Amino acid sequence: MNKLELQKTANEIRKSIVTSVHSAKAGHPGGSLSATEVFTYLYFEEMHVDPKNPKDPDRDRFVLSKGHTAPGLYATLAERGFFPKEDLMTLRQIGSHLQGHPCMQHTPGLDMSSGSLGQGISAAVGMALAGKIDKKDYRVYTLLGDGEIQEGQVWEAAMFAGAKKLDNLVVIVDNNGLQIDGNIADVNSPYPIDKKFEAFNFHVINVEDAHDFDQLRAAFDEAKGVKEVPTAIIVKSVKGKGVSFMENNAGWHGKAPNDEEYAIAMEELKKAGEALCQM
Amino acid sequence: MSDVKKVATRDSYGEALKELGASNPDVIVFDADLAGATKTGVFKKEYPDRFFDCGIAEGNMVSIAAGAAACGKIPFVSSFAMFTAGRAFEQIRNSVGYPHLNVKIGATHAGISVGEDGATHQCNEDIALMRTIPGMVVINPSDDVEAKAAVRAAAEYEGPVYLRFGRLAVPVINDEATYKFEMGKGVTLREGKDVTIVATGLCVSSAMEAAELLAADGVSAKVINIHTIKPLDEELIVAAARETGKVVTVEEHSVIGGLGSAVCDALSAKAPTPVLKVGVQDTFGESGPAGKLLEKYKLDGKGVYEQIKSWL
Repeated sequence: MNKLELQKTANEIRKSIVTSVHSAKAGHPGGSLSATEVFTYLYFEEMHVDPKNPKDPDRDRFVLSKGHTAPGLYATLAERGFFPKEDLMTLRQIGSHLQGHPCMQHTPGLDMSSGSLGQGISAAVGMALAGKIDKKDYRVYTLLGDGEIQEGQVWEAAMFAGAKKLDNLVVIVDNNGLQIDGNIADVNSPYPIDKKFEAFNFHVINVEDAHDFDQLRAAFDEAKGVKEVPTAIIVKSVKGKGVSFMENNAGWHGKAPNDEEYAIAMEELKKAGEALCQM
Repeated sequence: MSDVKKVATRDSYGEALKELGASNPDVIVFDADLAGATKTGVFKKEYPDRFFDCGIAEGNMVSIAAGAAACGKIPFVSSFAMFTAGRAFEQIRNSVGYPHLNVKIGATHAGISVGEDGATHQCNEDIALMRTIPGMVVINPSDDVEAKAAVRAAAEYEGPVYLRFGRLAVPVINDEATYKFEMGKGVTLREGKDVTIVATGLCVSSAMEAAELLAADGVSAKVINIHTIKPLDEELIVAAARETGKVVTVEEHSVIGGLGSAVCDALSAKAPTPVLKVGVQDTFGESGPAGKLLEKYKLDGKGVYEQIKSWL
């Protein structure tokens, strides 16, 4: 996909995120919207996955360590064709395969259950290790929140990945700067994030704008050339990106828009989509 | 009893892992800096490229194993019971249990028979914790023969299994030549009509000794070995309860939440029966030689006998 196609796809995914969370009357739009370009790039450009063969043993893997942003991943999987987009309207409802946090047994294309912060990165490390044992070429990607890296287990996993030289592992940190209780720097600062991963023997790439596909492409391409060490890509993002009243507002971490807010959000995304069509 | 062969089930675990390593290339082993003590080091020596030391980070180890299992490996993760079932409970629940991944938790140094290290390292709560996780199989083998068979059975079974092993050398009570391990099936070791003693782990040999002492007093005790606490062989226990009218449970574990509770759970619905729960009471352990501790906490043959005798 070229940049414009990726942008259009990301805008459609944003619409699905807002629509599914509105429909569920609950969920986490802020961190789903901040990571939308990352989700889009991974599933439409970077990863070798096949919606018709979601369990292919040679596929690339993705673990959503920040599992609460499941609406972003679900919208992306649906957009990519792993399951019908109508399913998104069942998010968080009884009997739905789209649980509040990812459940690998039920959702096609989902590689790991997650939701308890700090555990997903370890699972991704285990997948990367299994790939090395089996001498397979698949790569493993995991997305963490910047608040999530306050969990000690993240650094246990990072230490192991660095020590075992898992160069088939890419850890992405969505640095939107906000967590439930407010600014991450005020709550319990994890900064400097890049220097921490460097200290754990990662190759670190800083992406200044997580919403710029050129920058994402450059980062993921660079990561592919890295040998003997895992890669951490720290992407500076805007929480709630694409919906004006959600942007940079911790209050939209885990709240659904009401009908009026939903209409405004969809209108904004519709206009953004139209603007992309005129490019 | 001095001529009876004794083996610590952690040693059986190490040996069984080594055998599995030869027969199943998907078996991989993780430890958290205790490979010498948990005996995973025996596997490491033979298969260094399938052994991974995670260092002192048990939660991470469990979640890593979950990821490896999601890619088709059969990981065994090991540390002391306190640091697997205890420290890594939430990782076992969410990374392994919820997705029902094929991870085997080989937990050693369970119970007060850890001995001198004392209460911080004596896990009397692991069975209680593990049996609350949906889909988790919980196995507490009684001796060397059963422990090895349980490890093999766990590897063949698809899904999460918690295996409980001890540090102390305990009598070998099963015959290797004829023993067959059936997950979820209790084993009647001795017939009796006055009381049923349901025991697990190293307390099975204490229960057999107690039954012998009771016989000398004219009390006929049936003895059932429950190696699989979950799923529990309810049919066997309910039938025995109906037959003898009284049940005693014996375990080297807290009387809260372990075998005793599992047996009461089964009986309360199907065959309400008076039950005496013999185990570690609502208390922490302490330092001391393992054998002396079992005596003090009345989990040796004599202690079990005395408690049953005064209850009947």
